[in-house]
Amino acid sequence: MIYDVVIIGAGVSGSAIARELSKYELNTVVLEKFEDVCSGTSKANSAIVHAGFDAAEGSLMAKLNVEGNEMMGDLARDLDIPFKRNGSLVVCIHKEELPGLQVLYDRGVANGVKDLKILSREEVLAMEPNLSDDVQGALYAPTGGIICPFILNIAMAENANVNGVDFRFNTEVEGFRKEGDTWVVRTNNGEYKTRYVVNAAGVYADVLHNMVSEDKIHITPRRGDYCLLDKEMGAHVSHTIFPQPTKLGKGVLVSPTIHGNLIVGPTAIDIEDREGTATTADGINDLIAKAGMHVKNLPVGRKVITSFAGLRAHEDHHEFIIGECKDAPGFIDCSGIESPGLTSSPAIGRMVADIVVDLAKPAKKSDWVGTRTGILNPSEMSLEERNALIKEKPEYGQIICRCESISEGEILDAIHRPLGARSLDGVKRRTRAGMGRCQGGFCSPRVMEIIHRELGIPVEKVTKSGGESVIAPELSKNRKGGEA
Amino acid sequence: MQNYDIVVIGGGPAGLAAAAEAKRSGVDSILILERDHELGGILNQCIHNGFGLHTFKEELTGPEYAKRFMDQVFELGIEYKLNTMVMDITENKVVTAMNKTDGMFQIQAKAVILAMGCRERPRGALNIPGYRPAGIFSAGTAQRLVNIEGYLPGREVVILGSGDIGLIMARRMTLEGAKVKVVAELMPYSGGLKRNIVQCLDDYGIPLKLSHTVVDIEGKERVTGITIAEVGPDMKPISGTEEHYSCDTLLLSVGLLPENELSKTAGVELSTITSGPVVNDALETNVEGIFACGNVLHVHDLVDFVSQEAQNAGKNAAKYVKEGREASGRIIDIKAVDGVRYTVPCTIRPDQMDDTVTVRFRVGKVFKNSAITMYFGDEQVLKRKKQIMAPGEMEQVIIDKKKLAEFGDISDITIKIESV
Repeated sequence: MIYDVVIIGAGVSGSAIARELSKYELNTVVLEKFEDVCSGTSKANSAIVHAGFDAAEGSLMAKLNVEGNEMMGDLARDLDIPFKRNGSLVVCIHKEELPGLQVLYDRGVANGVKDLKILSREEVLAMEPNLSDDVQGALYAPTGGIICPFILNIAMAENANVNGVDFRFNTEVEGFRKEGDTWVVRTNNGEYKTRYVVNAAGVYADVLHNMVSEDKIHITPRRGDYCLLDKEMGAHVSHTIFPQPTKLGKGVLVSPTIHGNLIVGPTAIDIEDREGTATTADGINDLIAKAGMHVKNLPVGRKVITSFAGLRAHEDHHEFIIGECKDAPGFIDCSGIESPGLTSSPAIGRMVADIVVDLAKPAKKSDWVGTRTGILNPSEMSLEERNALIKEKPEYGQIICRCESISEGEILDAIHRPLGARSLDGVKRRTRAGMGRCQGGFCSPRVMEIIHRELGIPVEKVTKSGGESVIAPELSKNRKGGEA
Repeated sequence: MQNYDIVVIGGGPAGLAAAAEAKRSGVDSILILERDHELGGILNQCIHNGFGLHTFKEELTGPEYAKRFMDQVFELGIEYKLNTMVMDITENKVVTAMNKTDGMFQIQAKAVILAMGCRERPRGALNIPGYRPAGIFSAGTAQRLVNIEGYLPGREVVILGSGDIGLIMARRMTLEGAKVKVVAELMPYSGGLKRNIVQCLDDYGIPLKLSHTVVDIEGKERVTGITIAEVGPDMKPISGTEEHYSCDTLLLSVGLLPENELSKTAGVELSTITSGPVVNDALETNVEGIFACGNVLHVHDLVDFVSQEAQNAGKNAAKYVKEGREASGRIIDIKAVDGVRYTVPCTIRPDQMDDTVTVRFRVGKVFKNSAITMYFGDEQVLKRKKQIMAPGEMEQVIIDKKKLAEFGDISDITIKIESV
């Protein structure tokens, strides 16, 4: 068969594009090299919805950032995504930095960011008492927000899937060839013929682009280390606190997360390895040193529950590259998607879909469903509602993850819903089971057992995140039958 | 809302012993709430022996030790609920809990005994750099996988931390056919019991490298190797001392943290040193009628002492239910200084205290040829020589009510380590 569209990558961009294309009569498939959606760059970032004052005036990045920010409220409502506009603050701790705030303000206004305001030292301290004593002033962007990056990605993919888009996991693209006007996408799982290819391959987007185009692009994986702090610290600041941006990025931020933790990061370290998500001692130390400059009494070290690193797909010109390749008709790039990529994703999805629709001229579906119901959050229910739920579905009364109070009911939903979880990380990103202060120490054996029971995967084959990431690869001697 | 005189949070060794003693002390209306599917707590996965030497004068396995106390609870007809998670405790002792059959329910208790135990510190708390592949386990999780679930977490193992669970798991993994290549310990001394170092490492030829830590974790999907390095007096890795071990598993035994998230919801004051509640000689917290015992109060080495402590908490909770709070009397602070990191209890009520009160504590570093001393006011009342004391082994002194009374109106008792 010949697909209309092959989207490469089930990250936040690929999933946003898939959802937009699912509105049309198109035969679309998403190819993902990992075992689940949201497994690359989209899974490890600041989880921030940026206001849009950073990107250069007139850039595509600026346009899509502001558009994406504006779309996020409706999208979060329609797809049941945890999202809050907590507002962001760019904080100055040196008097000589103050003019820089005006530059950001002017750029933000030019980019179309609404309600920006420059605050005095007193005004900003009234909003955030835990800022450094040296604070001189700040730029306040009330449209800035915090979001669950996993659910944003997962929800768009799920919604695309229920509207007819196919997803193929563990499917890595190895090359392309043309048969007439048809693209043949070679993968480790066979060939896919298609009229259009969308390249949303994150840190690999340049590799794929360069296979089909003479107009070469180059992406550098730019690593960002993060520390996530215990929920006890979640209210240390209520806004997202940025330093002034530098050439390497927006600097080390301190922010509450949508789930009530505190996140500190990222660093910005250019590396070679496109899967080099190892944190380093230097990176973490750098982070700890920088985080304390703008926010005081930050117990980084004592209250850290995990540290991790993500990779930004940094294109040499620091710009999103979105459009049909001039010398490869039907091959549409969506590359260089680094920060503010998460924020921009709804707008990226719309823009890429518009390009495909322009070329393919499909009809609109009449039965498209644009909403999704997420996994229940019983902690937001009243005692009566919760009891009614447990009476109907007793599994909601059995807590599996103690730290985050996640019940078996939520885990079963995560496994059995469209594009459901097949691994510990899959369950974790959908439900938060294992994401709390003990980091899965208590619940991981239980979640393994549930995955085994529900999906028929032997426990010794259950993985952390697909591939070779098996957790307990052998039976114990006792279970093997008492070999001496 | 249901009513109980005493609600015990946790059905591990502390909760079982506390409930049994409360019942024997004359309170009938007692409910134990346990989150797991059976009573016994962490002892169920501790299948090695060595439990109960103090209490029963014999060497029991963990499950055997737990059974002795479970039997008491059964014989005394104490109510308990399994698979039940306590979600909240208020200062007024309203306990909110949940399970499959009862749904979410609330209980008004006259007294609450906190016996939730502790949890293991995860990797994140140490900021160990490297990848985050499968194959990194806290030692207790690995113990559960092997002993309860029946799976081997890996074949070639490096262990960070020489706490007791790490030492026990070094032996357990070896017996399961895995190769334990090294145990690295950040501190210049082990955090575990001496007997465990001998029986679990030395007997199997497993090297223990003190003043070493993990500086890199390799492997994108499953662990493929670990690099350890020596640390200097500042605890920072010394460049050039790195040693690489190829392995598929890293076990972490890097400390236990009393699990007091629920205690906080009730407004219980916690010690910054033990991370457990601040208690008086009755093991009562700052919240009237809320008592604490076992590893939620402070992390123990020996379950025998957990049981003793829990019985004390059970007895005092029963007394509180029957007699109410006694008119407030004098309070003497117990000061931990000069090498003594903390004491449990932190205060003593000289008028209401039992005839003797056991004060348990840990030292902050290794002491050789030193003495534990105790002062009532300024006067030394105890000097006990010890050849060696280490943070991994809990110490204790006993305060005698009559003797204390002889000292009249003193404001504090001091416990310290002195050279001899």
